[in-house]
Amino acid sequence: MMDKVIIAGFGGQGVMFLGKVMTYAGMGSNLELCWIPSYGPEMRGGTANCSVILSDEEIYSPVIDFADAAIVLNKPAYEKFAPRVKPGGVLVVNSSLAQLENPREDITIIEIPATDMANEIGNTSIANMVCLGALLPHLKLIDLPKVEKAMDELVAKRRPELLDTNLLAINKGIAYKKS
Amino acid sequence: MEKVLLKGNEIIGEAAIRSGCKLFFGYPITPSTEVVEYLSKHLPKQGGTVLQAEDEIGAINMCYGAACTGSRVMTASSSPGVSLKQEGISYSAAVGLPMVIVNVNRCGPGLGGLGPAQSDYFQSTRGGGHGDYRTIVLAPSKAQELYDYTMLAFDLADKYRNPVLLLTDGFLGQTMEPIVLKERPEAPVVDRDWIVDGCKGRKKRVLASYSLTNEIGEANNLKWEAKYKDIQEKEQHWEEFHTEDAEYLLVSYGTTGRICKSTVLNARAKGIKLGLIRPITLWPFPVKAFAPHMDKVKGIVTVELNTGQMIEDVKLTVECKMPVYLYRRQGGMLPTENEILDFVENKFSLSGSEEV
Amino acid sequence: MKKVFTKTKGLTDVPFSFCPGCTHGIIMRLIAETMEELNIIEDTIGISPVGCAGFSQDFFSCDFVGAAHGRAQAVGIGVKRALPDRVVFTYQGDGDIAAIGTQHAIHSAARGEKITSIMVNNAIFGMTGGQMAPTTLEGMKTKTSPYGRDIESTGFPIDLPKVIANLPGAVYVASVSVDSPKNIAQAKKAIKRAFQVQLAGLGFAFVSVLSTCPTNWGISPVDSLKWLRENMMPIYEMGELKVTEEVKSL
Repeated sequence: MMDKVIIAGFGGQGVMFLGKVMTYAGMGSNLELCWIPSYGPEMRGGTANCSVILSDEEIYSPVIDFADAAIVLNKPAYEKFAPRVKPGGVLVVNSSLAQLENPREDITIIEIPATDMANEIGNTSIANMVCLGALLPHLKLIDLPKVEKAMDELVAKRRPELLDTNLLAINKGIAYKKS
Repeated sequence: MEKVLLKGNEIIGEAAIRSGCKLFFGYPITPSTEVVEYLSKHLPKQGGTVLQAEDEIGAINMCYGAACTGSRVMTASSSPGVSLKQEGISYSAAVGLPMVIVNVNRCGPGLGGLGPAQSDYFQSTRGGGHGDYRTIVLAPSKAQELYDYTMLAFDLADKYRNPVLLLTDGFLGQTMEPIVLKERPEAPVVDRDWIVDGCKGRKKRVLASYSLTNEIGEANNLKWEAKYKDIQEKEQHWEEFHTEDAEYLLVSYGTTGRICKSTVLNARAKGIKLGLIRPITLWPFPVKAFAPHMDKVKGIVTVELNTGQMIEDVKLTVECKMPVYLYRRQGGMLPTENEILDFVENKFSLSGSEEV
Repeated sequence: MKKVFTKTKGLTDVPFSFCPGCTHGIIMRLIAETMEELNIIEDTIGISPVGCAGFSQDFFSCDFVGAAHGRAQAVGIGVKRALPDRVVFTYQGDGDIAAIGTQHAIHSAARGEKITSIMVNNAIFGMTGGQMAPTTLEGMKTKTSPYGRDIESTGFPIDLPKVIANLPGAVYVASVSVDSPKNIAQAKKAIKRAFQVQLAGLGFAFVSVLSTCPTNWGISPVDSLKWLRENMMPIYEMGELKVTEEVKSL
């Protein structure tokens, strides 16, 4: 079993961090994992992306041709990566920053106003966590308890004051149903 | 055993510390910088020394000096920086100094780009600098191998009194994967009766590489040649993947070596008998890996991130007994498993479904 | 009979191979005597460069490492960082330290590396047969400045000690000469001090020694000494250019 996920957005939207949370969530379960950042000039502005592979068997090619799932946090990321989701896959779109024209019909698209929801919680920078929540039920190899454990490792030990709002954002993402 | 998540470059740093590396001299260059950053944070805590030199030339010559004292020493850089180090590597090879040099290959020539490449294969396997010397070259393909081969690199350097190059790329360097922090294997016992540390109780020693006469020069070259032959005999390392019944072979190392494993599995699912030889040592090139396959393999594709460099070694090895083709991406691009399979099917006029 | 002179233990029995009138031998003897007087021959690792100074590895009786052209200080830093309780000195010509290897000289001084560097300045490339050096004087004829060094196109001679003295990690900088018994005595004093600075762990110590090259200058040994006095000493600032308070109190 494998979850190949692409995450993309502006630099500063927490793209790399979101990937790290998913990767750390896989650590407790003895999974094979890959977290692959885009690096180089892209690090310093413009679109940032990373890919995460979670697998219960050895990961041979770490290059994601077509992803099982993707999270896109803005419009350019949607345009670049929506075509890279394989038929039947899942695409989480931050609809606060990306309105869709002619969306693909062969994949499941979850439109979630993540930035608006993050603002409601009071921290615009946790839109990434809202999107993670929205994707989480569609992933095969990690779940909320595993993500909570990862947050413990990544957030509680370094910025404990941010732990609760991050977890709240994830839960709001999980609970979101398009009205 | 302890399992941790680290970036590839950090893994090299951690493995170096656990290999007993005492000194690191470097200069920052993307995409290798995390090696010097990681060691700056952690090596001094273990009583080691990290010094950011004035340039790559300074760094490699500091390694040269430290290696003369018998201390385990390392430097790390990326392609243009490794070019600058070449004179120092040549001198180190001539004096017979154990040291580990990491090249996180970026694409070139010139300043190039930061993407993964294998464009430094020739430079790595043909010595690299002036003079007729060789460095042992190890090519990891995933995180755990970055760790294991770093440790192996230090041991081989000591065993043969020779610089060892760890050749990786920006993709491996930046990717984060879990690794098992294995304890350092039993380090080989090596004699230290050549080091300089002050001549207390013994005759003075000189570590230098000048050949005063042509006769001395030739004697030195013969000595080095004998060492290189010994290494070629004893240290060819490779991995085989589904080669037992293979009719076609991929040959690829490092990141692409790993991608090719997926290609092999996809081919097999279509009924194509494809296998992979993944060189672990690029020098010495694993010639021995090919011998059992010479009579049954119909063709070979090397998969490389360059204009075709390793393919020359493969062709020399198979001596025209079968066609050898190149599939390559360059400039920082990586091939996907299916692109490679398409090429194989196309080159050998294979249609998977017909063969089933 | 009373013995009035004994060869220093700091030198081996290998006879000097320098050209007649070359002052390399004097400078090496001063370093060797210093090592003997400070009782550090067995604790010292010398670094030899490429060029005439490179022969030093055979003449000194301490351990030696031969470096690539210009890299002696980087190599010495590698040795010193690995063995902080040993004494490390580099013995380099002006081409080695003031042209191809200048970056290491600057940064050794900037970082206050605890090594001692001796520069032998004869204003010319000796080993390669008399080409222009970074220290070649204005108008001076060499094989690559056959009409005399033209400042307009090849720039000015570098007074490296003055540059080094400006850097905070350099705690002792001296420029001396071995053209006369009096100056030889002063040179010895400076060299000894440069080693004492290292033994005290104070920082980077640098001594430039003006030297002759009769062969490539094309004048007799005696005239060479006169030429050095009349032409080099007015251009290169002489004496102790920098002695920090800590060094003074040694």
